[in-house]
Amino acid sequence: MERSDEKVKVVGTWSSQFVMRARIALNIKSVSYEFHQERLWEGKSELLLRSNPAQKKVPVLIHGGKPICESFNIVEYVDEVWSSAPSILPSDPKERATARFLAAYLDEKWFPSMRTVGYPQGEDARKAAIAQLEKGLVLLEEAFVNYSKGKSFFGGDQIGYLDIAFGSYLGWLRVAEKMSEIKLLSEAKTPRLLQWADSFSSHAAVKDVMPDTEKLADFGVRAKILKATATPKL
Amino acid sequence: MADQVKLFGMWASPYSRRVELALKLKGIPYEYIEEDLSNKSCLLLKYNPVHQKIPVLVHNGKPVAESLVILEYIDETWTNNPVLPQDPYDRAMARFWAKFIDEKILITTRKVSLASGKEQEQAIEEITEQLKLLENELKGKEYFSGHNIGFLDIVANFLVFWFGNVQEVLGIDMFSEEKFPVIFEWIQKLVKIDVVNECRIPKEKHLDYIRTRVEAFKSSTK
Repeated sequence: MERSDEKVKVVGTWSSQFVMRARIALNIKSVSYEFHQERLWEGKSELLLRSNPAQKKVPVLIHGGKPICESFNIVEYVDEVWSSAPSILPSDPKERATARFLAAYLDEKWFPSMRTVGYPQGEDARKAAIAQLEKGLVLLEEAFVNYSKGKSFFGGDQIGYLDIAFGSYLGWLRVAEKMSEIKLLSEAKTPRLLQWADSFSSHAAVKDVMPDTEKLADFGVRAKILKATATPKL
Repeated sequence: MADQVKLFGMWASPYSRRVELALKLKGIPYEYIEEDLSNKSCLLLKYNPVHQKIPVLVHNGKPVAESLVILEYIDETWTNNPVLPQDPYDRAMARFWAKFIDEKILITTRKVSLASGKEQEQAIEEITEQLKLLENELKGKEYFSGHNIGFLDIVANFLVFWFGNVQEVLGIDMFSEEKFPVIFEWIQKLVKIDVVNECRIPKEKHLDYIRTRVEAFKSSTK
């Protein structure tokens, strides 16, 4: 059997931006997969613990019985296994490096600020977080202008790696905007990204996996309460 | 036009050393620029405005930052002696463990260095667990990458010189041949490789450096 014909399963949750990345990548390649939804408030499933014992986190892509973990790893794996068009990563090594760099930046620096804006811990922290977010958005607006070359996506005509990396945060971005009543994406500061956000959200590969803002906001509140009241690990 | 490759690095940084190792393995000539992290150069800040950190590779004037991103860039640009495996599943595994090293092991090492008492004990337990998981990946293989040194060996290079020095300064016993026989066997193989030795961190200088940093941190938190 061809590797690309083997059975595909995704272990994840509807709310996770990381899981969304895996699903969008598979959708872009028109790969059918079984989605195993983790029960959010009931502890991690046997399947998850077995397939990602090191991190115990979603998403996990299980392909032909073999697990692949970490969202960007999964996206690259999907791009390499189902290598016929459309490509997810750009072909030029320098563009690939920039895409990977910005993706890592989004996860490590940018998103933590988003959490602070959505569920703030004091005014100073909120202001600093907003500044960090806006700085990142300026970077991304610039990247969009450079890489889209006048087309609708970071990837040009097609959704690419950076679209997936940043687009998967749109759910939380909208929650943060709603909770804080500020516009992070705006006509004045990020006109191209504002337009891109609509194109991305309505894309066939994305629309069914983009979480509803209200539902996500509620989930965020619940998750925060749960975390705050959890018994610390001894 | 000949390729122009520059590496902005720091002699004691495991992230910087891993990029040097990759360049040497590929036989890529480069100019090395040592950065004083307490007084970063304008060029470094220009080439990496987002993080303002080393290492930064500058290839024909264009910068690439973040060591794992740099390693993949090097592999894709200079395709001789590939360091990443060919098979997509093996590549995914290599990338997973590389990230595990950076996000877990190296972060926990920092915790171990700067904490004390119960907090340090807990961090040592964490790192022992993490190293055991990493060691499992080596079992039954000559190198992490199989028969030859590759991507994950390059990322795990911090275990060859850097990690032992940190342990020595801290005076703790968390990493020994007894506890991690498979990793130690791998280290013995690595030190026999010329280019690995060329990236050796000078020991005495490193011990002093770590001591100074740990003391500075401890006195700043009093």
